[in-house]
Amino acid sequence: MTRAVFEERLFGVLKWLSVVFFAVIALFPLLYMLALSFKPIQDLLLDPAKWWPTLDQIWGFETYRAVLRPVDQGGFGFLVFIRNSSIVAVSTVILTLAVGILAAYSIARVNFFGRKTVSVGMILIYLFPVVIVAIPLFVMFSRMGLRDSLYGLIIVYLASTLPVTLFMLRGYFQSIPVELEEAGRVDGLSRLGVIRKITIPLAAPAIAAVALYVFMIAWNEFLYALLFVLEKRELWTLSLGVNQLNNQEVPKTMLMAGSVIISLPIIVLFFAAERFLTEGLTSGGVKG
Amino acid sequence: MTAAPAKETGGKRRRKQPMARRESRFGVALILPAVLVVALLVVFPLLWNVALSFQSARLIDIQDASIIGFEPTLKNYDTVLGARDFWSVLKTTFIYTIGGSILSILMGLWAALALQKAFRGRALIRGLVLFPYVVPVIAAAFVWQIMLNPQFGIANEWLGRFGVPAIDFLRTRSYDLSVFGLFTLTIPLALVTVIVFEGWRYFPFAFLFILAALQSMPKDVEEAAYVDGATLTQKFRYVTLPALVPVISVLFLLRFIWTFNKFDDVYLLTGGGAGTEVITVKIVDWMIARGNVGAAAALGMILAAILVVVVAIYFKFFYVEEAD
Repeated sequence: MTRAVFEERLFGVLKWLSVVFFAVIALFPLLYMLALSFKPIQDLLLDPAKWWPTLDQIWGFETYRAVLRPVDQGGFGFLVFIRNSSIVAVSTVILTLAVGILAAYSIARVNFFGRKTVSVGMILIYLFPVVIVAIPLFVMFSRMGLRDSLYGLIIVYLASTLPVTLFMLRGYFQSIPVELEEAGRVDGLSRLGVIRKITIPLAAPAIAAVALYVFMIAWNEFLYALLFVLEKRELWTLSLGVNQLNNQEVPKTMLMAGSVIISLPIIVLFFAAERFLTEGLTSGGVKG
Repeated sequence: MTAAPAKETGGKRRRKQPMARRESRFGVALILPAVLVVALLVVFPLLWNVALSFQSARLIDIQDASIIGFEPTLKNYDTVLGARDFWSVLKTTFIYTIGGSILSILMGLWAALALQKAFRGRALIRGLVLFPYVVPVIAAAFVWQIMLNPQFGIANEWLGRFGVPAIDFLRTRSYDLSVFGLFTLTIPLALVTVIVFEGWRYFPFAFLFILAALQSMPKDVEEAAYVDGATLTQKFRYVTLPALVPVISVLFLLRFIWTFNKFDDVYLLTGGGAGTEVITVKIVDWMIARGNVGAAAALGMILAAILVVVVAIYFKFFYVEEAD
């Protein structure tokens, strides 16, 4: 057997082992999270090796009920957090797209003074530490009374998702043939009309990918939420809610139920749009 | 560009000016909202952070802090740089950042190589592999905490079957690992665990980039190597790897910057305990736990300065640009 043949066989086997390895490390933690979220904590403490739940336990949804129940009924009030997170994430998506599409179009297609500066500046900002911005924003919002409000969170998320939106959409807009837009002009569309009737429909896949990313960023965000709305429980987003479950008094299986609740929409969205997302990721480079 | 007015004859010159100006005004109008938002919520705070770092500002009396009317002081820098743990935090930050970046890129490379050729079910596996990256960090961090829990975590349950006594991975500063009874290796266990988490969470990002690069590689060189009887390792060493250098170089830069600036992961996994405190966690600690906004701002400035220096050095000496 020559070295070449030996290597072919060796790596042929290693390849399959690797595929299994990566599938397991990617999937197992989520499976474990899901399984534990259905179990009563006593069961788990009794025998940690038996981490999968019984059918009855799954059907009972005990931990989920406790987590979702309002606080005054002895639960953790997650329904409110789900509502807050949804409001914040959806508003962020709408605002970011509204502002971002126009700006990206401007950078991609319109000649104006300072265009280069703006586009380089946006990329630099994208690389800057979030923490540094967070300190003065905390002070600023305290003084403007925007702390302890969801508006504060929404505009901060808008500002922090705009650079990546610009970056991703600009590239896509540039790839749309100019002739199509010119044809629209000839047919009597105004410049805004061209954006609305030609550019946006043609860029729909990219816009969808950006929308999903922005949604994920806003939905998952933790630091700003911690800084801005921690003091008002009725304004907590899901990440603060889950964080609160991480203490000695709360059974860990409830923590897992909270984790499943925050992850589920993201995983569903991701599966629904995986193809857009992987393409968008490599074209824009999404911060994480 | 699209609507750039046609430069034709001298006679039309006078009409070009207003057109160009209108074009310019249109562009500015479109971008203005974005610029305003970013200026107000990113650039202005950044500048304010500079001011805060030279100001004695505490959380309690922050309401009265003025942006410009204050007596500048270097006290905050003194406090931050003089803190007993400053250098150890800095060292931890670098180990965490470099370790996490390299690990995620190596794992991403490995995964990309394994999934490079098409097989049945590859699309599904490729989607699954992205999970660690898309799951909310808070859920990922907590499930790791529980998997590694010394009382009921699955990791210790499995290790226990091999007779290993329970290990508290996230709260053990240093762990003496006996290597086949020959010698003992002292490892900063909590820090290593956090780095492994980083590798796990961000390898999908590297994977996607490297896979895209692999798939866009011209096939002819590889085929030529095959015809010449090159073995797989030779092909990887002399054909694939050199072609991947530019993408790996960009990946390292991005991962370094983002990991260096990262706060959530360490904060959620260990709270900065057991020798895992990185600069960003320290900043939040100065601000919230100790209420010293000035010191937090000063440390933030130091973080940014280090980042700028490191990135400049990287660009000068290590960055490999794509040869077009």
